[in-house]
This record gives sequence, structure tokens and C-alpha cells, in this order.
Amino acid sequence: MQASIQVTPEPTVRYVLRLADSCLILAQRLGEWCGHAPVLEEDIALTNVALDLVGQSRALLTHAGQLEGCGHDEDQLAFLRNERDYLNLTLVELPNSPRGARTGRGDFAFTVLRNFAMATLFKQLWQRLLMSSDAELAAIAGKALKESRYHQQHSGDWVVRLGDGTAESSRRMQDALALMWPYVAEMFENDPVDEHAHQTGLGPRWGDVRADWMTEVTGVLEAASLEVPKTTAFRSTGKTGRHSEHMGFILAEMQYLQRAFPGGVW
Amino acid sequence: MNTVHPTLAPRLTQAWAVLQTVLDPEVPVVSVCELGIVREVTLAGEGLHVVLTPTYSGCPATELIESSVGALVAAGLGPVSVALQRSPAWTTDWISAEGKSKLRHYGIAPPGPASTDEGRVMRFMPRQKAPALDCPRCGSPDTERLSAFGSTACKALYRCRACREPFEHFKPI
Repeated sequence: MQASIQVTPEPTVRYVLRLADSCLILAQRLGEWCGHAPVLEEDIALTNVALDLVGQSRALLTHAGQLEGCGHDEDQLAFLRNERDYLNLTLVELPNSPRGARTGRGDFAFTVLRNFAMATLFKQLWQRLLMSSDAELAAIAGKALKESRYHQQHSGDWVVRLGDGTAESSRRMQDALALMWPYVAEMFENDPVDEHAHQTGLGPRWGDVRADWMTEVTGVLEAASLEVPKTTAFRSTGKTGRHSEHMGFILAEMQYLQRAFPGGVW
Repeated sequence: MNTVHPTLAPRLTQAWAVLQTVLDPEVPVVSVCELGIVREVTLAGEGLHVVLTPTYSGCPATELIESSVGALVAAGLGPVSVALQRSPAWTTDWISAEGKSKLRHYGIAPPGPASTDEGRVMRFMPRQKAPALDCPRCGSPDTERLSAFGSTACKALYRCRACREPFEHFKPI
């Protein structure tokens, strides 16, 4: 059994890990759709998006390891941390069907809505990270931005098609939106990690992209005839390492091979 | 990038010539040079230094890199070091005219110019039209998009309504 690694709680490293882990865990969730999507084209689409996210995550994890300076590579960071050291948004770790988690069947409405929300967030962040004081982070953002734009366009098309579709598809989308919305607020909660990034020119405070995110998302929801849910007081805390009950299960699946066969490679 | 300058050292000329023969494993008709992945080849003592730019973040390009390096070593050009350079980000605009023509003959509609929509706010347009493409088989412009994603990260699926054949499109990014 491979022991866990500890990660230095340095704000620069944490800022990069938030991006890396949000890509990584969303990719893991999308990978669960492989072979199960409602139509073949979307099976291909969801796994292609997952592939882009894994690629982005790999570059970011490698960079986080270099910034940390303790010799941790992308694989160690992806597979050997403990739950509290993952800094992804809670939203991305929610099951593909938050309500029917135990059935194991994904909810396509929730999946496309979450993809749209995340692609819009990533696009906004990458755009600002092009000006990062960290040249490597800016370079990763330059590449990822092109990919996120395409993901956003594709998932946005689905949000409108289903939201403005039949009575049944509209009901399911409104339902999924109600489930997702409470987790959106966490995206824009600033904390000392954001402030540090802002002051050092590393990147934007995530809260700084809220207005642009809202403009794009509400515009599409409106085109989809979906009602924007009311904001609630609930705040999820995945970005700080405190996760939902679903996180441990994802990690168990993700980490199994590296834990059982330490250092195993393809 | 793809042209070999006559005044370059013969070893560099040779290196570019060898890399022209290294084909993309996913689209085995275009070379890594024609795709615009090879950004730089420089002399490094006895050996060579090659700078490559990845296409997509998740593209499994590692094998490709290894194969290009292997070809240079096999050609007797000495030890080769490879560096990955992400910035400026790869764009399909770097695919050479020759490369685009080869894609078309292979049955893949080549990418048009990549749009520069920096800072563009996304607006949904109902039934958004995919860019008009000519069928790489019969040349008809009467084509439609079947799937936004395809067999690899860089492609989308189309079909021609004139000759009824499906075909792939190399997406402009």
C-alpha cells in the first residue's frame, strides 16, 4: 500500500491546485459516462471534454509540483493525496445524478448544466490568466482557453436545446438547475488564497469573474426559457479541502491502482 | 517554419528533412512539421534540441514525440533532447498549405482560419450553423455537422448531403 503525500499549504500552490483539481475531478465524473451517454455523439463528446480536462489538469499538477519544490510529480499529486488536500469545487465532485446517486445512472440534464457552468468559469479564468505573472500558468491558460470555449459552446447548445425543448426536457433541466445552483456560489467566494494571487499578479480572485460568468450564464438560461433559481445562504467548501460525502468514493476509484501497485505505469 | 534555410548547418537541414517524414500517428498522411508541431530545431553540441508545441492539452502526443526523436537518432544525428513549449498556443493556422491539402485528400476537411474571439461573450444562437465546409470527397458545399466531437480531440464529424458520405473535419482552433 502506497503511503499518502503531504502538500505544502502555500497559497501559490493552493491556487494552482484549485484549478488542477477542479479539472481533474470533473474529468473523472465525465469519464463515468463512457459507454452510457444517451446518444453516441454525446458519449464521444463527454469523453473528449474529459480528455481535454485531464490534459489541462496534468499540466497544472506538474506545475503545482514544481512550484511546491518537494519533487512531487503529476501522478503523485493526482493519486496520492488525502481527501483534504484536494482543492476542487464541491460542484465537480457531485455525482452525475445527484438525486439518484445510488442507481449509478447519470442525469444528462445535470451533466450538461454542470459542464456549461464549469466551462464558462474556466473560460473566464483562463482569459484572465493569460496575463499571469507566472509564464507557465499563462501558457497553460492560452492552450486551455481554446478548449474551454468549445466546451462552453457545446454544452450551452444542449442547455438551450433541452431547456427550450419538450415539457419533459424543460422540467428535467429546471430540476437539475435547482440542484446545481446552491453549489455555484462557492466559485466566487474569495479567501486569502485569492487575495494572494491577486496581489502577486498570479491570477484573478475567482470572485472577480462572477459578473461576467453571470452575464453569460443567465443569457443562456434565458434563451433556454429556464428560470434562474434564488441564491441561498448555503456555501460549499471544496476549494478549501472540506468536501461532500461523494469525494471519498471518487478518490477510492481514482487512487486504487496507484495505492495497490505503487509507482505502476502504463 | 517548414522551409529549410540554405545557410543552415547541414545537420539541421538533415534534421528537418527527417522530421518531414515523421507522420502524425492519428492522421498518418501529414508530418509533424506540416502540422506545425515542430517549432524549433537547434544544434546542441554533438546532438540536437527540438522544441515541440502540443496540439490539444489532452492529446496523447508523448508517443509522437518519442517517434520523432527516435527518427532523428536513427538517422545518426546524435543524442536529441526535446522540450515542450506551450506558449504561444498551437493553432490550426500553423498547419501548412501542403498539410491542409494532404488532409483533404485523406478525406478530412481541413480547418479554415481560426477565429480570434478573445473576450467574446458567448451568445447562443438557435440552431447555430456550423461553418460551411466543402466535402473532401465530392467537393459539394451541401454538408452538415453530425457531431461536434470525433475520433480524436482535433476532429468533428460531418456528412455530405450530395454524395451521402460521412467525413471528418479538422476543427479550427
